[in-house]
Amino acid sequence: MSVSRKTSGPASLLLHAALVLVSLMLLTPFLWLICATFKSQADMFDSVFLPWGHLDRLTTANLRVLFTREPFARWLLNSLFLASASTAIVVLLSSLGGFALAKYQFRGKPVLMLIMLATMLVPHQVLLPGMYEIMFQIRWIDTYWAILVPGAVSVFGMFLFKQAMQAVPDELLQAGRVDGCTEFGLWWNVALPIVRPMVGAFTLLSFTGTWNSFLWPQIVLQTEAKYHLPIGLANMIGLPEYETQLGVLMAGTLCSVLPVMLLFFALQKDFIAGLTSGAVKG
Amino acid sequence: MNTLWRLQHRLAPYLFVLPFVVLFLCFMLVPLCRSVVLALHKTSGPGAMQFVGLDNFEFVFQDDLFWRAVRNTLTYTVCFLSIQIPASLGLALLLNSRFVRGRDFFRYAFFSTHLVGNVFVAVLFMLLLAPRHGLINRVIGAVTPFGTELNWLGKPDLALPAVILAALWLSVGFGMIYFLAALQAVDQELYEAAQVDGAGAMSKFWHVTLPGIRPVLLFLLLVGMIGSFQLFELPYVLFQGPGPDNRALTVVMYLFQQGFETGDLGYASAIGWMLVLMVLAVSIAQIRLTRADRTD
Repeated sequence: MSVSRKTSGPASLLLHAALVLVSLMLLTPFLWLICATFKSQADMFDSVFLPWGHLDRLTTANLRVLFTREPFARWLLNSLFLASASTAIVVLLSSLGGFALAKYQFRGKPVLMLIMLATMLVPHQVLLPGMYEIMFQIRWIDTYWAILVPGAVSVFGMFLFKQAMQAVPDELLQAGRVDGCTEFGLWWNVALPIVRPMVGAFTLLSFTGTWNSFLWPQIVLQTEAKYHLPIGLANMIGLPEYETQLGVLMAGTLCSVLPVMLLFFALQKDFIAGLTSGAVKG
Repeated sequence: MNTLWRLQHRLAPYLFVLPFVVLFLCFMLVPLCRSVVLALHKTSGPGAMQFVGLDNFEFVFQDDLFWRAVRNTLTYTVCFLSIQIPASLGLALLLNSRFVRGRDFFRYAFFSTHLVGNVFVAVLFMLLLAPRHGLINRVIGAVTPFGTELNWLGKPDLALPAVILAALWLSVGFGMIYFLAALQAVDQELYEAAQVDGAGAMSKFWHVTLPGIRPVLLFLLLVGMIGSFQLFELPYVLFQGPGPDNRALTVVMYLFQQGFETGDLGYASAIGWMLVLMVLAVSIAQIRLTRADRTD
């Protein structure tokens, strides 16, 4: 034991030095972002992180401009609504579909699985022109229906839940049926609680997916009051007044990134286990 | 009551997959068919269309901008993956060492960047990459002889490297998580057997580790290639368009410009089908490789 400790000494030091160095490289931009949010334009590039000699020059003006001159609070609420609503729908419907695939034999199942695989191979951008036309015809342009409805089921999610729910014992389901539980009840009361880590992982995955989405919302959302954060922020970059107020853009970025980070810390335990469970086995 | 209960038991699986089937028909199959029809038309916005046969495809083959976009996208894909995959694997190997303390902290630190959306990363890197005073140029000036004057966002030759830098920051940790899980699943007995046979560290890596993580490696390569082919947000927001001399123009950005800025949904569809061909090519290659694995 003592021998292995001795030989691992310098190697271990080197190992940790490398890990710390990489963490620094990855985390420094976050740190810089926080500093930049509270810096005045004059200090933005003059001091690398904070103007240490003049900490009194730190300011909340960037945040004030962001929330008063732009409808940023509105975009934040829109983002929260869109991401929460789409996550709730997609987690429920995808787990329902995954439950059927994992625990039932039914006619057309092989064909269905084949179709699901095929949809994952088609890059969705080829659908954009056709989708836009459909949305135009059913008058869903500039509404949230255009975002919530087409994304209501995720094929990837169905596969994840299928994989996870195969671990649900058939005897348990059979026992539930004997007690008079409906199939819907079995999904809700038996299967979902068992795959709770996957629910957590997929919740985070779909929440960040909608929260960070850009291409489709940029196409269908047209009124400024309906923008969500990525669209709102991306459109602010084009405005000349922010070329001289870069701190406002940084404040907007920080406020857009923080909520997802908080959700990650709330769900972190489930997350990594759930995320990689399918890939390693497959 | 009893017949009703039996009925719901029999219908349940069909009801459970019904949402997917309905959405697949309405928002996958229908737009896919529309994209075929649209690709044969010249349009300006929805509604105004004129049949042109295969003209869109004929044009796309001689459209210099399209091929510039393809070249940029492929260059990005090759450069990005040839750095991301080894870097992610390297980090995972470091983190998988028995001696690491605080593994959870490092794991979360490495992964945290992946949660930041492309748009937000682009806005952040716009300032990090600023010439002279930007953080990245300051670091480069301090540790290399290149100085602090690199104009990442203005010089054509630096456009793709700037995108790759931001993309690496975003996704090295993501790959690391998968490699780490795969490394932890490699059978420890194989290492012990190799040890007995007198294998060195390099030999163990080549003959035990690499075959053990091959499925995950192939998975990350496929996901990485398909994702890279669809690159759009990072360069679009970073450069507010196709970048200097169109050097950051990607296939999807060109599709977006043609379809939704110029308004020619027909030509955009044709570009979309070219993208489908690109993605199908790598998917088929991947499936062949995985099959070869299974028969070995």
